[in-house]
Parts: sequence; structure tokens; C-alpha cells
Amino acid sequence: MSELISANLPYLLAGISVGGQYALIAIGYTMVYGILRLINFAHGDVFMVAGLIMVYATASLPIYVSVVLVLVFTVILGVLIEKVAYKPLRSAPRMSVMISAIGVSYLLQNCALYFTGGLPQIYPTIPFLSKVIKIGSASTKMVTVITPILTLALVFALVFLIKKTKIGMAMRAVSKDFETSELMGIKINNVISMTFVIGCFLAAVGSLLYFSNYPSVIPTSGAMPGLKAFVAAVFGGIGSVPGAVIGAFIIGICENIIKGMGLTVFSDAFTFVLLIIILLVKPTGIFGEKSTDKV
Amino acid sequence: MKKILALLLAGCMAFALCACGTAADPQPADDGDAAASGDTITIGVFEPQSGDNGAGGKQEILGMQYANSVCPTVEIDGKTYNVKLAIADNESSNDKAVSAAKTLISKNPSIILGSYGSGVSIAASETFAQAGIPAMGVTCTNPQVTEGNSHYFRICFLDPFQGTVLANFAKDELGATKVYCLGQLGNDYDQGLLNYFKQAAEAAGIECVVESFPENNSDFNSYLTNAKNQGCDVIFAPTSISYAQLIVEQAAAQGITMPLLAPDTWDSNVILGAAQGKNLEIYVSTFYAEGGDPDFEAGIKEWINADSTNLSNNGGNDMLAAVTVMGYDAYFTALEAIKAAGSADPAAVMAALPSVTYTGVSGSIAFDEIGDAVRDSAFIKTANVTDNVWDFVAVQGVE
Repeated sequence: MSELISANLPYLLAGISVGGQYALIAIGYTMVYGILRLINFAHGDVFMVAGLIMVYATASLPIYVSVVLVLVFTVILGVLIEKVAYKPLRSAPRMSVMISAIGVSYLLQNCALYFTGGLPQIYPTIPFLSKVIKIGSASTKMVTVITPILTLALVFALVFLIKKTKIGMAMRAVSKDFETSELMGIKINNVISMTFVIGCFLAAVGSLLYFSNYPSVIPTSGAMPGLKAFVAAVFGGIGSVPGAVIGAFIIGICENIIKGMGLTVFSDAFTFVLLIIILLVKPTGIFGEKSTDKV
Repeated sequence: MKKILALLLAGCMAFALCACGTAADPQPADDGDAAASGDTITIGVFEPQSGDNGAGGKQEILGMQYANSVCPTVEIDGKTYNVKLAIADNESSNDKAVSAAKTLISKNPSIILGSYGSGVSIAASETFAQAGIPAMGVTCTNPQVTEGNSHYFRICFLDPFQGTVLANFAKDELGATKVYCLGQLGNDYDQGLLNYFKQAAEAAGIECVVESFPENNSDFNSYLTNAKNQGCDVIFAPTSISYAQLIVEQAAAQGITMPLLAPDTWDSNVILGAAQGKNLEIYVSTFYAEGGDPDFEAGIKEWINADSTNLSNNGGNDMLAAVTVMGYDAYFTALEAIKAAGSADPAAVMAALPSVTYTGVSGSIAFDEIGDAVRDSAFIKTANVTDNVWDFVAVQGVE
């Protein structure tokens, strides 16, 4: 029995840690969708840019100052994207905003390609996160343990913010009904900016954790994690924060178990098969609200 | 007002596009001697400068650029021509390879060198054939690059050979009984080597577990755990550099102590940087071991250090990669071919190539009937994790 555990523990650890990182990205997708009904395809690339900011910041600054800079700049980038690419299209058909999001995604990827010269950038080692520790018989990096704890702490803080604070109440109101809440005197623009601030902040935290584990940043680094986080958000019920987190953990763990079963070729396929099944069986996801389209 | 502005902008863009089109598509000269317009001969360089293989491709180009700076002219029939390198980026991607190849062809090269990475070479092969331009692979080791065509040549050894060399090394020097083989799904280079290694290893009595990871994967923890749980004693990973770096990092974090065995792609200072100070054993087979030709090395290092762009293309230090040396030899082999042809006409160069011989820094180069270089040995090197250099281990052949 103990042998079975020690043989399979590394899969579980890898799954929980990668699941936590997907969760932090997935929250950004789910919140923006909740408020704007927009699938922000550029979110995965914001995550990648956060990784690059860290690479370039540490070249000239101490590591912990860089961490703060990464958080600040990623948030600024997110808000900037919203102001420039999404806000002018607020009254346009929803499809236009989505196409704009895809455009931003490719713009970020190609800018990254230009700045890095296409070479993989080696992510700096954050001493505290990269320390190698032993759990039972498995050896892993500190970040593996930190990720789920930090993720859950941040999610609880976020749920508290949404449920108990004034801005949270405004967010809930806006996600229920855009126009009415505007009529009630809620400053829509502030609420939307706040959504992007939170989403991008969490993506930046996610990038710190993710790239500490997989220390190489390429322009397409954000594509796969972004896509999987999006699937996680749909799986949990897009618009629901706890749903996205649970979906992300399920996807992260299943993915690694499948690799452990020797079906390595299918690990990515699994994620997308899951997406299709969810859409067919329960289109609103695990925690999704029933759509109440009023006439 | 807005509409007029939009129209104006659209007009500007359309115009800019047209302008690009004509600039990238120069009118071909009227007669057959298109390649030597005036007194310049163009050598095409078809290499990845971005994507998974960007780092390796840039190092290979460095070798050609250095060779070009050492010998910027070639003499044909008493007339001196300047040699110009035209470089196109194939982005390490089979989909982009063809358009990069077409860009190169539009510059009328006499011969094309490259590419690092067999997949892109195979993808572009047909395009070169149609244009009637000979190509010379520098470090693409998959047999399919030259198989069944008369226009593709290469100056390096092949994967069946390299796979056998590595399997022999695993058996003789590492005492392997069970090897975990890991490659990228759908990558011609990775899958080819996995296959040849497996054949040779199984013939030598080594058991093989073969697994593949999808493109853009960065989580190798579960693969490494698989290797450990299956009781393997060596990991063989013929992957591109960017994945290799991640594998090295995660193997160190997981405390994997079994040796990592890898082919020529891993012979890069990126891998050394990732492995530095970690408790890892890494072996690679490659084309050239540092110290083989001190004069040449001193020259190229000085050249790399003199220019910050070159230095950053080489990964930030002046450590010499085998692919750089191969790039250097490829340039001179191409010059030999042009001299032998007595013309810059691609068809003449192609006809002259099979009989070209050249003794380069990496050894003597001659082509067999398929167009492959006749090579019978590979260098095995190991990563010295304390001094951050590659240590020479052995010259391994196939008995």
C-alpha cells in the first residue's frame, strides 16, 4: 500500500500544483465572462507577458522587487487592454469584442516574439519557491506545495470580496443586469476595470507559480495553459468563481493521472474531450446558473 | 468623417501591402545566369530563428556568418564574386517552412543551406526541388531529408547511425537494461530517433519504454515519474532544446539520478545553463567536440565576442556549439560546390555537388550516392555541472 502511494504521489502532486495554476488563470476568464459576457482570449497571453516581465525585470532588479513589478505591470496591461480594445466596442455586437480579443492575443504573442527574438527565455529562480523539498518519498519544488494553499487563500479572499464588499455587490449587480445596474447609479466602468485588475493580478500570481515550476517562457507559453484554464472555467460553469477553481483542479489532476496510466499521448485530448462532453451533457457546467432569458 | 478616416487607413494599409509585395518579389533576370546578378552570389540560409528550435538555428547561422566573414568572396574563372547570405526564418514550424522556402527562392540563391531540425527540411524539400535549387542539410539527421531525391544533400551523420551510437553507448558505458524513451508527438526528428534507438537498443538486449508528449507541453513531472516507476535506469530524450531545458529542470527537482541520454540537439549551452549546479548526469552525442581545432575556435570566439548581437544569438556566452561548427563547414562546402560548378547557376551547382569533397573543422566531407555525408563516428560529451562546460567522453562508432 505504502509503495502504491509513494509511486503515485508525484502524479497527484503535479496534478494539484498545475491545477492550482490553471485555477488562477481560470478565475480571470470566468469573472470577465460573468461581467461582460466576453471570453477574453487574450488572458492566456497576459499570463505569458507576466512571465516575460519577470524575466526582463530580474535582469536589472532584485528578485523580490521584480515580483512586485510583475504584479503591478500585469494589472496595468490588463486594464489597458480593456480600455483600448474592449471598451470602445461595448455597444458593438458581442462577436466584435471577441474578435478584438483574439486580435489582442495575437498582438501580444507577436510582440513577445519580437522582444525575445523567438528564443525561449529562462525564467529566474525565486529561491523560496524553487527550493527542493521532500514529501514522503517524492522530491519536488516548494512551489508545488505553495500553489494549492495560495490558490485557495486567494479564492476565499475573492469570494469574500464579491459577497461582502460594496464593489463586490456592484459586480454581482452588473453581472445580473448591465443596464439596470447602470440606472441604479453603479459606475460600470469602475466595476469592469476592477474585474480586469483582479483577473490580471491572479494571472500574474499564477505565472509566478507556473513558471517557477516550468522555467521557460516562449511567446506561445500562455496558449495551452490559457486554453485549459478556459476549459476549466466552462467545466465549472462559466461565471462562477468556485466552479472555475474546482474545474481547474479536476483537469490538472486528471491530466496527470492519464499521463501516469501510460496514455501520455492523450493527456491534452482528454481535456478537450471533457469540454465537448460537458457542453453536450450540462452546457452550464457544474456550478453554472440556469440561463433565465427573460422576454 | 469616421468612414472617410477608415477608408483612408484601409487604403494606406493596402498600399503598404502592395509595396511589400513588390519589394519581396524582385523581377528575375532574363537569362539563365540569374543567381549571379552582377558580381554577387547568394547562398540561401534556411534556418529557424524562432520557435522551439530558434536557439539552435541561430547558432547554426552564426557558423555560416563567421565563415562568410572569413571568406566573403569566391573566384570563378578568374572573376571574383562577393558571396551574400540570404537568411529566412522557418519558425521551427512545418507549416511555415514552405513560405520561408519560397521567400528564399525569390532571392535567387545558388544553393540553400539548412535547416536545423529535420521536419522543416522535409517540409520544404519539394519547394526547393520545384525551383531546381540544390539544398544542403547542415545538421538535419532524419534519413527522409535526402531519401529519394537528387537535390538534397547533407554534411552530418544520420539518425539510424546516431540512434545506434547512443544505444551502444547506453549498453557499453552506462550499463543500461531498461531505457525510458521520450519524444515530442508528431515531430519527425524526435520520432525518427526514438524509432532507430529502440531498434538498436532492443537488438543489444535493452528493454525500451517509449512515450510521447504533445506540442507545447511544459509539465514533464509525470513522464519522469513514469520512468522512475517503470524501473528504467537511463532516460533517452531526443527533444528540441526548449523541451530539453524543462526536462532537465524537472528531473533535478524530482531528484532523478539516472543518466539522461540525448542526441545532437541537446549539445547547447542552454542545457548546460539549466543543469548547472544540479545533481544530474547528461550525455549527448554530437558532431564536434570543443578542442578539435584550437585556431579555428580562437578565431570564432573572438568574432562572437566582438558583437553583442552574435553574443546574444549564441546564448550569451562564447561557448561553441557543434552546430555552429557544422554551419561553418557547410558554408565552405557550398563554396567548393560553386567553384566545382564553375558557375553560380543552381543547376550546375547541383550537378557538381555529388563529387565535391572538403576537409572541414568537423572532419572530411564527401557525399554518398544518396547525397548523405560519409561519417563513421560521433562524439559523446557529458555536462560538467560544476564548471558549466561539456566534457569530452568518447568517440563512438558503430561496429
